[in-house]
Amino acid sequence: MAANPMSQFDVYRIGPEIKVGAFDISFTNASLFMILSTVSILLIFNLGSKKNSILPNKIQLLAELSYTFVSKMISDTAGSKAKPYFAFIFSLFMFVLFCNMFGMIPYTFTVTSHIIVTFVLAAFIFIGVTVIGFIKHGFGYLKLFVPSGVPAVLLPLIVVIEIISYLSRPISLSVRLFANMMAGHTMMKVFGGFVISLGIVGGWLPLSFSVALTGLEILVAFLQAYVFAILTCIYLNDALNLHH
Amino acid sequence: MVKKIYFQSIFFSFFFIKEAFAAESGGMPQLNPEFWVSQIFWLILTFGIMYLVLSKLILPKISNNLESRKSQILENIEAAEKQREDSDAKLKEYDEIMSKSKLEANSIFNQAREKALKDIGAKREVLDKQIDNEIAEAEKEIDALRKNAPDKINKIAIETSSELLQKLIGAEVNNSSISAIVDDLSKRNGDKYYGN
Repeated sequence: MAANPMSQFDVYRIGPEIKVGAFDISFTNASLFMILSTVSILLIFNLGSKKNSILPNKIQLLAELSYTFVSKMISDTAGSKAKPYFAFIFSLFMFVLFCNMFGMIPYTFTVTSHIIVTFVLAAFIFIGVTVIGFIKHGFGYLKLFVPSGVPAVLLPLIVVIEIISYLSRPISLSVRLFANMMAGHTMMKVFGGFVISLGIVGGWLPLSFSVALTGLEILVAFLQAYVFAILTCIYLNDALNLHH
Repeated sequence: MVKKIYFQSIFFSFFFIKEAFAAESGGMPQLNPEFWVSQIFWLILTFGIMYLVLSKLILPKISNNLESRKSQILENIEAAEKQREDSDAKLKEYDEIMSKSKLEANSIFNQAREKALKDIGAKREVLDKQIDNEIAEAEKEIDALRKNAPDKINKIAIETSSELLQKLIGAEVNNSSISAIVDDLSKRNGDKYYGN
């Protein structure tokens, strides 16, 4: 491993170069960890839904707790109208969570530490939510930008601010996840580097920091997946239940 | 505190990179567009397949499992409630039977006691009558004996005195004169001997 704290984010080709037209869709380490995450999710939830016993075993309990956790999150934030989108939000939460958690294993690659991945997810959510909003409310969805109870003088300003905040949703959503993952992993790598450079005498302090940071990063990995999913729910809520 | 360490370490990290790895290629690999298309392609592929499998196969099964468990638990609770009601009714029945039989037992006991008391009273009356009769008879006998006693004593006194006189004097004495004397004595001292 290279000692550069940023080299852990390098994407490299595994196997031959695959080109479709002008596009390079080669299999990379990022692809490998996407496949690993999805395969583990499918494996765990398949095992957890196979048997239907009244007293669930551990893996069934895990699957059912995740199911009720996400379904409660959706019904709390977006109401009962969001039920058809449950499968998507569940997949999204699990995908981000597993990618984050796989990144916590040493020598692995963190898929969600790449802005392009998080941006594609966020852009898809943004476009999807906007389309749902227009389908449900027609042009009435534009009332989202006109909050009720605002003085007429301030209205032009407020509308501009609302539109900017709406359009910046995919950027804030994607940058939040990407920056959190990248910063955390970089910091852990830097402290790891300090352990080596300070040696047996002074290396203990950064080592203890590294241990504490690992715990913190696992928390952040879960928290960012949760935040990503719950923000999606909130955007969906705006589109489904127009309150303005 | 954690925030401070966080920002300090990021600051140090840049410092560190510049100091130690100035020779290596800098910058963020995330901003290198070489593999962007590949990442987008694989993301859509893996996420799409996962979404399809989860939404079509796995999640319905989990929700089915949860539903069936819920309904089964509700059924069991209902059955338990029913059984509890049944047992309550049976307990009530049992209590009723118990109190009824207690009352019955009480009345039977009372009847038996009354009967026994009556029997005892009747028998006592009969016995009392018998005893009274016997006492009366005995008293009568005693009275008869008492009435006859002075005559007999007088007779004995007359005979013994005539014999005594014969032995002492050696001559026959007229019995009638002796009996007159005895009668006279017994009338005078009768009260002293018989008390009444």
